[in-house]
Amino acid sequence: MKKLFIVLTLSLLTVLSFAQEQKSISKIPAVALKTLDGKNFNTNQISNDGKPIILSFWALWCKPCQKELDAFNEHYADWQKETGVKIYAVSIDDSRSTAKVLPLVDGKSWEFEVLLDPNSDFKRAMNVNMIPHTFLLDGKGNIVSQHTSYFEGSELDLYEEIKKLAGVK
Amino acid sequence: MRKIYIIILVSLIGYTTQAQDFIKNATINGSFQVDGQFYQVDDALGITDSVIGGKRIGLNGFGKITYSYGNFSAGMRYEAFLSPISGFDSRQEGSGFPNIWASYHTDMIDVTVGDFYEQFGNGLILRSYEEWTLGYDNALNGMRLVLRPMPGITIKGLYGSQRFFWTKFERDSRGIVRGLDAEVDFNSLVKKWESSKVRVIVGASGVSKYQRDTDPLYNLPENVGAFAGRVNLNVGKLGFMTEYGNKINDPSATNGFIYQDGKALLSSLSYSQRGFGVSLQMKRVQNMSFKSDRGISSNALDINFLPPINRTHAYSLTAKYPYATQPNGEMGVQFQMNYKIPKGSKLGGKYGTGIAVNFSQVNDIVRDTIDKGEPGTLGYSSDFFKVSDAIFFRDFNIDIDKKFNAKWKAVVQYMNLYYDIVTLQGHPKEDAVKAHIALADVTWSFRSDKSVRFELQNLWTKQDKGNWAAALVEYTIAPTWFFTLADQYNYGNKDKEARNHYYIISAGYIKDASRIALTYGRQSEGVLCVGGVCRQVPAASGLTVTITTSF
Repeated sequence: MKKLFIVLTLSLLTVLSFAQEQKSISKIPAVALKTLDGKNFNTNQISNDGKPIILSFWALWCKPCQKELDAFNEHYADWQKETGVKIYAVSIDDSRSTAKVLPLVDGKSWEFEVLLDPNSDFKRAMNVNMIPHTFLLDGKGNIVSQHTSYFEGSELDLYEEIKKLAGVK
Repeated sequence: MRKIYIIILVSLIGYTTQAQDFIKNATINGSFQVDGQFYQVDDALGITDSVIGGKRIGLNGFGKITYSYGNFSAGMRYEAFLSPISGFDSRQEGSGFPNIWASYHTDMIDVTVGDFYEQFGNGLILRSYEEWTLGYDNALNGMRLVLRPMPGITIKGLYGSQRFFWTKFERDSRGIVRGLDAEVDFNSLVKKWESSKVRVIVGASGVSKYQRDTDPLYNLPENVGAFAGRVNLNVGKLGFMTEYGNKINDPSATNGFIYQDGKALLSSLSYSQRGFGVSLQMKRVQNMSFKSDRGISSNALDINFLPPINRTHAYSLTAKYPYATQPNGEMGVQFQMNYKIPKGSKLGGKYGTGIAVNFSQVNDIVRDTIDKGEPGTLGYSSDFFKVSDAIFFRDFNIDIDKKFNAKWKAVVQYMNLYYDIVTLQGHPKEDAVKAHIALADVTWSFRSDKSVRFELQNLWTKQDKGNWAAALVEYTIAPTWFFTLADQYNYGNKDKEARNHYYIISAGYIKDASRIALTYGRQSEGVLCVGGVCRQVPAASGLTVTITTSF
C-alpha cells in the first residue's frame, strides 16, 4: 500500500510537472544587440507576423556554423515561400572580429537578418554553451525546440519541424 | 504512515493546481556542462607517472539556472574544477557559486545587482566577460544601472570588484572598478533622420580603478583613470568605426613599473554589397594593460580588452600558431575581402564559388631609450605614427569554397605565416617561425542525412618543431551521430624521437540541445586562444568526455 502511494505520488507529480511545462511559456529574454549597420536592436523586436522564426548562434571562427547557415541560405527562398519562416543569425564575434562580419555576410550573399552580440549577452541569456546552437520559435515567439551542432542534412530535419509549426504538409 | 502520504498527496495537488502566478507564468531555463579528462602514461610524449603526479582525472563543470518573471530575472551559476583539466590555471581548483545575480528591466531602466558582464564600446577601457574553454572569467561583482531616457540615448553606470578565481574580495585585496558610458544614436534621437542614409553613433566612456598604494619604494597612483571616445559612421554601404582610449599613469608588473600614459586606437573601414565585401582595420596599442591589481601579470583581473585583429583560424594546423595582443606595444593592420562568383557564370557553376582573402601584420612600436625603460621613470617615448621593423606576426591566407553538386563540396585554403615565437610564446632565443600551410576539406553527402568529411592539411616550416601533416575522416548521421578518426603527425621534427603521431578517435551523440562526446587519444602541446586570451595546452594522452545540455 505504501509503495502504491509512493508510485501514485510520483506519477501525479510527473504528470503535473509535464502539464506545467506544456503551459509554461518559454519566451526569449530582452537583450540589447546591434545590427550590422550599427543600429541598436532589442531581441524583443524579433518577430515574424505569427510565422515561425529560426534563431541561430554562430561566429567567424566556427566552420560548422557557417556550413549550417550556408545550407539555410541555399533553401531560404523556398522555405520562405512555403512556410514564411524568418531566420535571424546571431554572431557572437567580439570586437576583434565584428568588422569582418558584414563583409563575410555580404560575400556569402546570406539573405537573412544578421545580429551582433559582441559580449555574448544574448548567448548567455539563451543558455547557449556551444555553437552552432539553433532555436525554433513559433509565431508568438515561444521556444519550440533547440538543437546544438550541425551535420550535413540536419537542416532537413529542422525544416520538417518548421513545416509542422506552419501547418504546411 | 498512509495518512502522511495522503496528506502529502492532497497538499501537493492543491499546491500545484492553485500554483502561484510567479511560478505558473515564470520561465526557468539553464544549462549544464561537464568536461572530464582521464589521463594515462604515454612515454613517447614524455608523460610519465611523475608528470601526471597523481592527478589522473581532471573535471571542469558548471550548471546555471535563470528564473524570469515579467520584468524581473535572477540567476546563478555553480562551478566545480576538481581538479581542473590539465592546462587550466591551478588557482582554478575549487567549487562554489561564483556567479549570482538579479535584475529588473523596463524600456527605460535596467538595474542589475550581483555578478555581471559588461562592455563599453569595443572594450578598450572596459570589458568583463567569460570564456569557459579557457577558464577565463573577469565578471564584475557590484551594481549596474542602464538608463534609456529617450530613444537613441543609452547611459550605463557601474561599480564593483572583479572575479579572481576563488579569492573573495576583501578590503585592499585588489582594486575597485567604477565606470560610466554614454552613447547617442542620432538617427533614433532625431525623428527626421530616422531613415537617412547617413547613420551616426557617438559614444564616450570613463573608467576609474582604485587600489591602495602599499609599496614601500614607489609613490603609486591609487586612482587610475581611463577615457575613451568612439564614432560609428555609416553612409549607405560604406562603414567607418573608430575608438581611441587613454589611460593615465599606471605602473604595474606588466609594464615594468613605468609611469607613462597608456594609449589604444582601433579603426575600421568597410564596404560591402551583395556578393562582395571588404574591410580594412588598423590598431595601435601602447602601454595599455589595465588590471584591477597592478601586481598581477598573468591572464586575470583585466579591466579592458585589446582585441587582436588578425583572423581566428578554425583548422588544427592553421590555428597552431595563434596571435595574442601585446599590451605593452604593437601596431597592426588587417584586410579582409569576401567575394562570391555568381551562380551560372563559368567559374561560379550552378551554386556559385566563394573566395575569401585575408591579410594581417602586427609590428612592434618604436621606443626611444631615454629612460631605458627603467622602473620608476616614464620608461620611453614613442612616436605615434612610427612603425618598428620588428614584426611580431604576419598572416596571408586565401580560402575558396565550392559546391560541385548535391553530393560534393569542398573548401581549400592556403596560409603563409610569420610568427615571432620569442615574443608571442616566451621561448628563449629562437628563430621566428616561417610557415606555409595548405589544406582541403571535402564533404561527400551520399544520402540526405549521411555524409563523410575528409580533411587533409600540411604545414611546412624549418623552425620550431618542423613539418606537420594532419588528416581527418568524419562520418555523420544528421542530426544525431558523429564518428571521427584523426591524426596529426609531426614528421618534420629535427629530433627524430619526437616525430610523434597525435591520433584521436571520437564519437558523439546529439539530441536537441544535449550533446555527449567521447574522445580517446593524444592531444598535442600548443596554445588555445579564444577572443583575446590564450591558454597553454600541454601534451596529454587519455580519454576526454564532454556532456552538455541546455533547457
